[in-house]
Amino acid sequence: MSSLKAVLFTFLLLVCSGAAHAELEITVTGGDVGALPIAIVPFTQDGDIQLDLAQVVDNDLSRSGRFRTLPRGDMLQKPVTPTQVDAKTWRAQGIDNLVIGQAAKSDGGYVVRFFLIDTVSGQQIMAYDIPARSLAQMRYVAHQIADLVYEKLLGVPGYFNTKIAYVSATGLQHERRFELIVADADGENPRVIAMSREPLMSPAWSPDRKQLAFVGYERGRSAIYLHTLSTGKVKRLVSERGINGSPAFSPDGRYLAVTLSFENNPDIYVIDLQSGARRRLTDHYGIDTEPAFSPDGRTLVFTSDRGGQPQIYQVSVDGGDARRVTFEGRQNLRASYAPDGRSIVVVNYAGGRYRIGMVDLTSGDLRILSDGRLDESPSFAPGGAVVIYATQGPHGAELATVSVDGRVRQRLRQTTGDVREPAWSPLAR
Amino acid sequence: MQMKYWLPAAVVAMTMLSACSSTGSRSDASTAPSQTSEPYTDSIAPSGSALEGEGFDASMAAERNLKSNLVYFDFDQSSIKPEYQSVVDAYARYLVANPAAKVRLEGHADERGTREYNIGLGERRAMAVEAALRAQGVSSQQLSVISYGEERPAAEGHDEDAWALNRRVQIVRQ
Repeated sequence: MSSLKAVLFTFLLLVCSGAAHAELEITVTGGDVGALPIAIVPFTQDGDIQLDLAQVVDNDLSRSGRFRTLPRGDMLQKPVTPTQVDAKTWRAQGIDNLVIGQAAKSDGGYVVRFFLIDTVSGQQIMAYDIPARSLAQMRYVAHQIADLVYEKLLGVPGYFNTKIAYVSATGLQHERRFELIVADADGENPRVIAMSREPLMSPAWSPDRKQLAFVGYERGRSAIYLHTLSTGKVKRLVSERGINGSPAFSPDGRYLAVTLSFENNPDIYVIDLQSGARRRLTDHYGIDTEPAFSPDGRTLVFTSDRGGQPQIYQVSVDGGDARRVTFEGRQNLRASYAPDGRSIVVVNYAGGRYRIGMVDLTSGDLRILSDGRLDESPSFAPGGAVVIYATQGPHGAELATVSVDGRVRQRLRQTTGDVREPAWSPLAR
Repeated sequence: MQMKYWLPAAVVAMTMLSACSSTGSRSDASTAPSQTSEPYTDSIAPSGSALEGEGFDASMAAERNLKSNLVYFDFDQSSIKPEYQSVVDAYARYLVANPAAKVRLEGHADERGTREYNIGLGERRAMAVEAALRAQGVSSQQLSVISYGEERPAAEGHDEDAWALNRRVQIVRQ
């Protein structure tokens, strides 16, 4: 079949202020009945490579809910190269696909070679050599393998080599400390981006995932900041009298939609990040906030209580009349678009519960995805198969993901303190 | 349909009143000077310093009448309820009598609803108090408004008792 392809492997390495004090713990519940059976065989690895690469790949794929991975104890053979694979044995166990590989030292670093093998045809359907300059990159190589397998078998890009930004709050009252943290999508390698005794809020990724916008308080005022991940530099973008909140990047990264109230009450504005020019998009005496751009950049959705209760409205990026798009439930808030632009996820308030719902923008139909009481901050993971949100757990606020069919749920929590306001980074390009 | 809207509001109001009257530690917070009730606000002058050298009897009397600095609100509402009018009135008299005095109006919300919407709601509550003070002759130069939404709860917990204490405007002397 095809010869081995070496892929140029580039991804962002964050230069940050330091490791966070607590990592996220992950638990997964439920499962997709249509999950693909797959086996990730332990790789043979040179002695100094401590990380269990196959286990990272296994975790990524099984947590997605789209794969059912074979436990290692059930594996009857542990092949490393395609010629060692006895396809019949795997087929007999109901395994359609097999990932095998090895990691070894090479000139200037390491190289991880892996194969994806279809046990039905007996063919290798994918083979890669992935170079790594250092041991620290091994985890990202494993995520890259999971991404490649996911995309090859499901036809949509994997999202495992991504980051999650979130806000952590620890301590009560005047002891409270806020941290803005960026971690790998599997909760590993948390890094503190900003910390404050005043609230930190509303992290939003730039589309090139090089910057994070967020809200903080300084000298008795709120402000919107831009943090550049590679340099650690923070720029105060806007700090008007009143509210400075809800930053959201346009898909091309040129504009930032925000909520400002200095002209009397909260309205949506669009800031040109190059020129600094500012344009007012809504002008209403109600609260207009929580803007989000559509994937094509031509419209925005936002929350407004202009009709009495907060609901979601849609407006052209050029302004003009806003159109209400949510009707089910007493309130709907904080919308964000699915990657295909056809639906939005919202916080839906009905029956005394705040839960995450998905609204079809064509039909207006609402589908409830979560089962909490105070769920909030929903957004899609890259690829759109999974929604991440914040929820109230037994030990404090935690993060959760749910597959868009509602079947697979994942909880991510810190051992101490609250975690909230998750924002999933875009895919690396 | 109307019942759906009004019943929870009535329950909220009742639990809130009971929470305020029955909880010793919390009534401490509402009667203590604003300076000590909010340890996280920095840059606060000691109680008497702003008035040093003025010594008008009327202004001192008006200051002594500042018993509570907290105005509470119903769920998703920003209108000042009759039972908190006296708090607003006391600050209006104090600020009119002390033109050099300044207060910051901190608007807060309970944890229900989204964070940024609650920032809007907290600001709307603080502006309702601002408008009530202005209506009694307080200069805009004496007032500033900031909203913390649900980010600075006065009470932890995820029930009506906590929520009722968190839907508030704190009047903080500067």
